[in-house]
Amino acid sequence: MSKSKIIAAIQKNKPAEVLLPSIPSFETGNAKPFDAFVATAEAGGSQVFRISDSPGLNTVINTLFPEAVNIASPLPTVRSTIDLEKIQSTTDLESVDVAVIKGQLGVAENGAVWVTEADCGQRVLPFITQHLIILLDPADIVHNMQEAYQRIPVDATGFGLFIAGPSKTADIEQSLVIGAQGARSLTIFLEASQ
Amino acid sequence: MKVGLFIPCYIDQFYPQVAIASLELLEKLGCQVAYPFRQTCCGQPMANTGCEQDAVATYHHFVELFHAFDYIVAPSGSCVYHVRKHYDIIEQTEAVKRVRENTLDLSEFLLDVLKVESLDSSFPYKVGLHQSCHGLRGLRLGTGSERVLEKDSKLQALLRLVKGIELVELSRADECCGFGGTFAINEPAISVKMGKDRIADHESKGVEVLTAGDMSCLMHLESIIRRQQKNIKVKHIAEILNGVQP
Amino acid sequence: MNQHAQKAAEFIRNESRTDWHDEALWFIRSKRDKAAHGIPEWEELRELASQVKSHVLSKLDQYLEQFEARAIQNGVQVHWAADAEEHNRIVHSILKRHQVQHLVKSKSMLTEECHLNDYLIERGIEVVDTDLGERIIQLKGEPPSHIVMPAIHLKKEEVGELFHEKLHTEKGATDPKYLTEAARQHLRQKFLTAQAAITGVNFAIAETGGVVVCTNEGNADMGVHLAPVQIHCMGIEKIIPKAEHLGIFTRLLARSATGQPITIYTSHYHRPKTGGAMHVVIVDNGRTAQLGREDFRNSLKCIRCGACMNTCPIYRRSGGHSYGYTVPGPIGSILTPGLDLKKYSGLPFASTLCGSCSDVCPVKINIHEQLYRWRQVIAEQGHLPAAKRQSMKWAGRVLSRPGWYNFFGKIGRWAIRRLPRPFLYNRFNEWGKDRELPEPPRQSFKEWYRENKRL
Repeated sequence: MSKSKIIAAIQKNKPAEVLLPSIPSFETGNAKPFDAFVATAEAGGSQVFRISDSPGLNTVINTLFPEAVNIASPLPTVRSTIDLEKIQSTTDLESVDVAVIKGQLGVAENGAVWVTEADCGQRVLPFITQHLIILLDPADIVHNMQEAYQRIPVDATGFGLFIAGPSKTADIEQSLVIGAQGARSLTIFLEASQ
Repeated sequence: MKVGLFIPCYIDQFYPQVAIASLELLEKLGCQVAYPFRQTCCGQPMANTGCEQDAVATYHHFVELFHAFDYIVAPSGSCVYHVRKHYDIIEQTEAVKRVRENTLDLSEFLLDVLKVESLDSSFPYKVGLHQSCHGLRGLRLGTGSERVLEKDSKLQALLRLVKGIELVELSRADECCGFGGTFAINEPAISVKMGKDRIADHESKGVEVLTAGDMSCLMHLESIIRRQQKNIKVKHIAEILNGVQP
Repeated sequence: MNQHAQKAAEFIRNESRTDWHDEALWFIRSKRDKAAHGIPEWEELRELASQVKSHVLSKLDQYLEQFEARAIQNGVQVHWAADAEEHNRIVHSILKRHQVQHLVKSKSMLTEECHLNDYLIERGIEVVDTDLGERIIQLKGEPPSHIVMPAIHLKKEEVGELFHEKLHTEKGATDPKYLTEAARQHLRQKFLTAQAAITGVNFAIAETGGVVVCTNEGNADMGVHLAPVQIHCMGIEKIIPKAEHLGIFTRLLARSATGQPITIYTSHYHRPKTGGAMHVVIVDNGRTAQLGREDFRNSLKCIRCGACMNTCPIYRRSGGHSYGYTVPGPIGSILTPGLDLKKYSGLPFASTLCGSCSDVCPVKINIHEQLYRWRQVIAEQGHLPAAKRQSMKWAGRVLSRPGWYNFFGKIGRWAIRRLPRPFLYNRFNEWGKDRELPEPPRQSFKEWYRENKRL
């Protein structure tokens, strides 16, 4: 058994115990991480809208993506064209133009949003869609990653992730190209929940 | 205060003017400086090549000559770093410990021990400072560009005391010159390329005189400058601080 | 001349290309600086990250077992591989069990290290690397030259030509946007038909039994969520105790790697998808041996950000391929001697010991000090070239004897001053090929001192 061999080798070779340091929260003193979140998210290539006084979510989606044929969302308020619960295979989602999901938490220092599989309907949805929209409550924005991990139970669902912008690459001569293998754009709607 | 002057081997052989400038500067500042006449080298050439056992005799020789001094001062961050950092393989006697603790680069001695606040010299030239790696990242004579700390540089602080000097800002503040001891001979292509790139940076900023705390970096850079017949002069910082004109 | 020096000399022969390569990487180093300087607690984070890793290494056995137990509870199948061969065999047996013909992979330095692709391809499985840079070099039949940007050594014209040949893009097309789009379309088809997906692992959380994978392209997730079988391959050193420690590491990783505040996707996989299978393969392959080397065990703290490559003045001017190993640059030069001391005995010398690598390292690995220590080991074990070994013995003798030192110094100066140029500048003089020798003074300092200070 390689396991016992590896464990035995570690026990033989490891150094004397070193204590685990405690992790401070690195609070910034900045009471309102909201503005910082918007700035870093935009710098990372996301579009951010505050839609508190908007004419309604579906109208905004149609205005932003007039060409979109297939819209998918597990949210009942979104006018979906695809029923995520009824698809035969996840590969059927290849035709999704716009996906709308709820985000749980925003992080000001990097513009990332925590999303779980429960928010996605299908795990692959935020990646396979051409364009992604995340709804986020501004009250759920924290300063930094330490705070974020204090708030999220990472194993509450089988899959969860931080999304910090549209899919991108710079693998050809360091030229930044938006839209590598995942969604070509990320739009964040900041809307206070009722 | 007993100050022992340590002049690294290659400075002794090839750049006596740097040693003379260091000695004169220290004497001008009121120090009683002794120069142990039997000194040779810190042992770095062997050790950096992987042969530190071959350097042990040299380490002992160094300790024997210098252990009685309050301070051992050298115009070379690299050699000082070697004594402080790598004399750990010989028995740590009181003498060895004393030597390792009290061996200082010239800039450290001037600022931290003598607390020099003004200098008498003037040097009305455009000067580019090469931050030698062992001084910068080994002895922490300044804040390397990698680190998120308050910017600080002992060499710059000293140069600012010289009248008329114009210090230029380089596009790469502290990239290695490519000397690296035996690296210069083991990897000559990269070594020379690194040197050329450093010189080009200084050249593009209109530098008239290139200086550093380590003559070894300057030896390498000057050797390329001379081969390529560039119009840049090279001076060790001790010479500039001592007011030697190009 | 050692192999790195030779390959470096070849690389440098094309000077404008060397400059281009150097600038591309320096640009990333500059972005890293900017990102790091935006975090006032940066140095504290580095220190914490280093301490957390020290702690993990000291309890690695316990954390691995905790991780395994939790992962199994989560419905994950955990496998252990002592070496590359076993790793490849395990992966292949998983694929066989699930009758996988088509496999997509996201970036994993571990599978590169194990040469998994070749192993699987030889056994009839289609393996498609899906990170754009990895796909480029896979199509080109080359190893990666950088651990974060595998195709950093290629120009867009070369990628354009390659894509024209392999993906039928327009001839002469070199626009990165156009080429990336072509790869996107090509890879989408691969994702949709893949039966299994393999990823590397950035972090494995002992407390929760989950693995974390960071990408910018979203390729890991496209693969993992579309294919029924997901396999995550990790080295034993990827463990962190708790999710809260991700707070430290995710803040450091992308900033150090590319200057981004975080990768676009930071995915946490804990349980298989409905109807799917999730496997984790835990690999040693020399790591426990490195753990036993006190002077070198800190190299296991590495989080594979590549910052030491971007800052290394030698890497930037010699390219990743000059190192001859999957992980090139400074970190590669301290990992490889532990794998094969003789074969990689040149790498610890491919450095000026400038120390920049240690200062950019987000987990504070003392890389340049380890390079120095490996040099000592290499000399002790007799892997230095004989001429160098002898010359150092002589240097040691001369430099510890003042009389000899003075004598040889004087002769040396005399020779440089008096000998005709061809005697000094010839093929034996590596220094003098592109450099002048110093102009020796008539008097050494010692001689001056004796004369002027009346000793």
